[in-house]
Amino acid sequence: MSSGSGFGDEKGGSSSVGEPEYGHDPASGGIFSSDYKRHDDLKEMLDSNKDSLKLEAMKRIVADPNQLIRASALRVLSSIRVTIIVPIMMLAIKEAASDMSPYVRKTAAHAIPKLYSLDPEQKDQLIEVIEKLLADKTTLVAGSVVMAFEEVCPERIDLIHKNYRKLCNLLIDVEEWGQVVIINMLTRYARTQFLNPNVNVKSDLIKSNPLGEKAFYGSDDEEGKEEKAEAAALAKRKPYVMDPDHRLLLRNTKPLLQSRNAAVVMAVAQLYFHLAPKAEVGVIAKALVRLMRSHSEVQYVVLQNVATMTIKRRGMFEPYLKSFYIRSTDPTQIKILKLEVLTNLANETNISTILREFQTYIKSMDKDFVAATIQAIGRCATNIGEVRDTCLNGLVQLLSNRDELVVAESVVVIKKLLQMQPEQHSDIIKHMAKLTDNIQVPMARASILWLIGEYCEHVPKIAPDVLRKMAKTFTNEEDIVKLQIINLAAKLYLTNSKQTKLLTQYVLNLAKYDQNYDIRDRARFIRQLIVPTDKSGALSKYAKKLFLALKPAPVLESPFKDRDHFQLGSLSHLLNAKAGGYQELPDWPETAPDPSVRNVEVPEWTKCSSREKRKEKKVEKPFYSDSEEESGPTESADSESDSASGSGSGSESEESGSGSESEESREESESEQEDKEDEEDKRKKKKKTDRGKVKAPAVESPERFFFIFSRFRFLILEVQRLASDSCSLRTSCRRWHKKTIAPSGSVKTYELLHRITGEGLGVEYCFSRQPFSPDAHMVAVQIMFTNNTNAETKNLHVEDPKLQSGMRIKEFPEIELLPPGEMVTVVMGIDFCDSTQAANFQLCTHIRKFFVSIQPPVGELMMPVFMTENEFKKEQGQLMGMNEISEKLTLGEKCQNEHGIVQRVTSAANVSRVPCGSDKECRFAGKTVSSGILVLVTVATKEERAAQLTVNCEKMVIGTMLVKDILQALTQ
Amino acid sequence: MIHSLFLVNSSGDIFLEKHWKSVVSRSVCDYFFEAQERASEPENVPPVIPTPHHYLISVLRHRIYFVAVIQSEVPPLFVIEFLHRVVDTFQDYFGLCTEAAIKDNVVVVYELLEEMLDNGFPLATESNILKELIKPPTILRTVVNTITGSTNVGEQLPTGQLSVVPWRRTGVKYTNNEAYFDVVEEIDAIIDKSGSTITAEIQGVIDACVKLTGMPDLTLSFMNPRLLDDVSFHPCVRFKRWEAERILSFIPPDGNFRLLSYHVSSQNLVAIPVYVKHNITFREGSSQGRFELTLGPKQTMGKAVESVLVSSQLPRGVLNANLNASQGTYTFDPVTKLLTWDVGKINPQKLPSLKGSMSLQAGASKPDENPTIIIQFKIQQMAISGLKVNRLDMYGEKYKPFKGIKYMTKAGKFQVRT
Repeated sequence: MSSGSGFGDEKGGSSSVGEPEYGHDPASGGIFSSDYKRHDDLKEMLDSNKDSLKLEAMKRIVADPNQLIRASALRVLSSIRVTIIVPIMMLAIKEAASDMSPYVRKTAAHAIPKLYSLDPEQKDQLIEVIEKLLADKTTLVAGSVVMAFEEVCPERIDLIHKNYRKLCNLLIDVEEWGQVVIINMLTRYARTQFLNPNVNVKSDLIKSNPLGEKAFYGSDDEEGKEEKAEAAALAKRKPYVMDPDHRLLLRNTKPLLQSRNAAVVMAVAQLYFHLAPKAEVGVIAKALVRLMRSHSEVQYVVLQNVATMTIKRRGMFEPYLKSFYIRSTDPTQIKILKLEVLTNLANETNISTILREFQTYIKSMDKDFVAATIQAIGRCATNIGEVRDTCLNGLVQLLSNRDELVVAESVVVIKKLLQMQPEQHSDIIKHMAKLTDNIQVPMARASILWLIGEYCEHVPKIAPDVLRKMAKTFTNEEDIVKLQIINLAAKLYLTNSKQTKLLTQYVLNLAKYDQNYDIRDRARFIRQLIVPTDKSGALSKYAKKLFLALKPAPVLESPFKDRDHFQLGSLSHLLNAKAGGYQELPDWPETAPDPSVRNVEVPEWTKCSSREKRKEKKVEKPFYSDSEEESGPTESADSESDSASGSGSGSESEESGSGSESEESREESESEQEDKEDEEDKRKKKKKTDRGKVKAPAVESPERFFFIFSRFRFLILEVQRLASDSCSLRTSCRRWHKKTIAPSGSVKTYELLHRITGEGLGVEYCFSRQPFSPDAHMVAVQIMFTNNTNAETKNLHVEDPKLQSGMRIKEFPEIELLPPGEMVTVVMGIDFCDSTQAANFQLCTHIRKFFVSIQPPVGELMMPVFMTENEFKKEQGQLMGMNEISEKLTLGEKCQNEHGIVQRVTSAANVSRVPCGSDKECRFAGKTVSSGILVLVTVATKEERAAQLTVNCEKMVIGTMLVKDILQALTQ
Repeated sequence: MIHSLFLVNSSGDIFLEKHWKSVVSRSVCDYFFEAQERASEPENVPPVIPTPHHYLISVLRHRIYFVAVIQSEVPPLFVIEFLHRVVDTFQDYFGLCTEAAIKDNVVVVYELLEEMLDNGFPLATESNILKELIKPPTILRTVVNTITGSTNVGEQLPTGQLSVVPWRRTGVKYTNNEAYFDVVEEIDAIIDKSGSTITAEIQGVIDACVKLTGMPDLTLSFMNPRLLDDVSFHPCVRFKRWEAERILSFIPPDGNFRLLSYHVSSQNLVAIPVYVKHNITFREGSSQGRFELTLGPKQTMGKAVESVLVSSQLPRGVLNANLNASQGTYTFDPVTKLLTWDVGKINPQKLPSLKGSMSLQAGASKPDENPTIIIQFKIQQMAISGLKVNRLDMYGEKYKPFKGIKYMTKAGKFQVRT
């Protein structure tokens, strides 16, 4: 726990609150300290329990002969959410990942996301474990490891190549939850690796894809063939041949449409929708319709997806039209979705049945539903010209309905319909003019007035009279109605000024003194425009053209249009907004990537994959190996990076290859492989001895341990909950907090000494953002030495620092020996005195001296401070005026969402996020390392990509520089 | 995946919470309560509610909302399906899933939830595995536990998690070996005013109760498998065999489970076993309305229509109903305006009827909607689609089991528009 002390003692003055370690926060320190005392015992208990349990768990993971105990122990260990055990957890996971029991390996896969959320810096090592587990051939592991893959490294699609066919083949036997995850992942994978199967048909697809339907119902007939040939000729491409792997995926997922699990069915359905040739997509309709029998929540989600599908592939659901008929017992939200689907399915042939259904719905007691039905009728009428008059007549009849809401909704829809062909319907407009006496719903009144104004030439006698009536009631109308009255007056004035001049004047005068400024504004504007005065501008000539311009008819379209750019079945699709962690569904590639990457030939494969992996590393992440090195000097990490640099790169993957090969035989007969690896051997021996004394367990039975572990997991969770609730575990929590916010793998590395100038000695440094424990006022700088020569380098140390006044340096302990090809990492502390002046010093080896300098970016001169929103506001209030610097900016493409902003800001500066109620603002707080001056950063987002950045800091130099840095980070 | 779970009762109190990752404050449920307030009916609360930092996905079962909190992209059906599985498990363990039952068994509930999700990802959801891990509470065990202070955690190691047939326990033993199958079909129909069928379809399930020793391998074949248009299986059914031979071949789970649910192809005409004659009228200007309803059997193949229950949501303007039932009893709730008539068995010689008048609010205008009539009924020993099981064979074990098959037809969503 003491590792958190770096945050603790910033201002010595706050010691009056008693517990300096916890009283870092002057505002609330007192409360925390008392809280801390209250939970002292709890914390102690956790600490002591944890240690012994940890040891016990570790021992069990390695040694227990029973796989259930090993798995359980790992589950316990990985549920302890404290950063100090990260290395142990890492070891345990690695150990378990090569366990002979698939169940233990499954548990290892489950532990990976836990460790990742605890310490994202372990990512690279975890990816290695994932890679190893992906090669596993058992169904038990497949689902869990893909889940881990999706959580940790969904972008590493290259890891899937070799396992693609295996995953496809295993899929049907994987447990249902794993199936969902695998199918979703494979959908994404297929989109990057295969060609669009519908590419040739696309040109024919205009609206309701007649070709696609034909092909579905009878692809054998002559017509279908001809059309296909035509399409192909049109596209002028070489004939499309589906990749056999693409076919494999489609074939192996199809049976899962029969799953009892709705999530699996939906996953397959979306896979077919996004990946299958048009002619084959039809099969999913039946399964989706079946889900409609399920619970209403399932129906809700399925209907949303069906609604999107029906827009693109209407033909698919047409045979099931009746399944979407609405029952009076359906919840309103289901009714409205069904209505949406019915509307999308409507075409010339079925419209009469659908309209008959709609007639029944209009009589429903559920008024929201009735309103939606009227909207739906409107949409049918616009889409299908034949029934427009029928619909219009039906809607006009509804105008005499007793329910005002129904009438109002009808008016709004009629208005939209009339706009399409006003000439023929002056009698309807007349009819509606009469309604103004009765209808009170503002939206409907406004619609009627607009209609009369727009088509006043069709009803020349009635229009002025309506205006007269409206002028009388003007003051009592709602705002939208008032605006339309002004509008009507203006239009009438322009067409029929003789009759309406005075009325218009009167209305405008009333509006001039209205309470609402919009209305006053509009009145002023319109008066200037239409009433000719000597001062009136050039525009008034065009007043008539302005007001009575021909307006395009509105297009009534489905709210589900274009939703299919989200992966169907996803949360983002349902909300029609990107949810956090959503993985974009990529577009089909123009040309197919090399299909041979999926070929699996055991000996070839291991070499190829490791080579490829390395290439990948080089291309994508130039600092890959460095960050791996810094992530933790555990034994395993060292040995692996060793092998990566040398020629033994194949050894590791070979090992995993042989591991997966032999695992089946291991389970069956153990005697066969006694002489394999020594590690294994040891365990075997132990196992044998254990088995020797069959019914004489040493102290406790496995059952007992299993019991203890399951109890403990429970206890740990509860204790942690209590503890974190009351902040007694504050330090560790805060550490954790910081860790999660620090962007993974984005620690920038700088060059201190190039290996050429260094004559073979390459030195790089980075700001690790860890507290420097010997002196809390210093910034920790991690320095990595690489010896690229063939000779040993000795006595590496720092000499003769040349520093600005006040700056201090804490040298790293001398490195006595650096063998050739090796790499070593040390940490030194520098107190930069809150300035960006470089620290110059000499780096000495046993033979040479190099002048080097470290210049910190301003963002690294600070460390995160944890504060609440209120504290933040309070502090910000005290740092106004000269201490505040704001800058407007346009956000870069990649950081338009909150997540992007947080990531950019936290990578630019070592600050922590402050919780914030508004989603338009991101706040961050930090303090300078040396003097502990607060630095507050606010990013407020506005429309489009505009945003405002505000930095509050006492030191203006730091503030200005920080603004510059963050601006750059955000606008890139 | 799933971060936390809150259980909310009908009066809007959170009575249980469980967190799998870090603790999410209860206040996140305020967004849910807001949505609940906005919804007119309990079932109208949207299943997915976005909040600034989380997403709430909820299901409503037995008047309890199960609200799951998630933080990032996850297929909504994944969560919904899991929540329903949780409810099913509770029901399986406690008989019924009410607030009282959950509160009485709070320890078991937490134990179950802990095993069902690991770090928010489903781990063990098969009832057989769970029952190995955590014994379902019985009266005797509860008493023993209270006295000795022990818990329901299984004494044996849960080996089921390791087996290739995770749905079946190993080492099952029974003295009476029996396998029962219930073929239950439901008719969903909408009948219009004139009595013609607008839509009708048959959905069926085969529920099984299998208590067989050892590892039996069963096959079930039908006389007329072509009837089955769309099927979904319990994971134990071998799909390949079905595709090739239309035979259900499976190693059954121990105890009760749903083997199959199916949809009968829509080409077949659906026989509607009851007809309704109705005359519900409201006259303009009068404060009285007429109500006449007669039920009769049709196309029942000689079987009796039993447990008939008629219900109807009358228009809001109806104050009271004075009716006369020729058979059974009726109730009218003046607050919810729900009329229910418990008819019982339909006697073809003397058709049941419900006649009388409704009193309307004085001065109110005639309601323009007519109520929908919802009918429930049961017909024993008949599957309305005509589906018949041909034979059931057992392989892999030596003993001779007792086999039984029962057929039943029920009304599903059976509505008559008036």
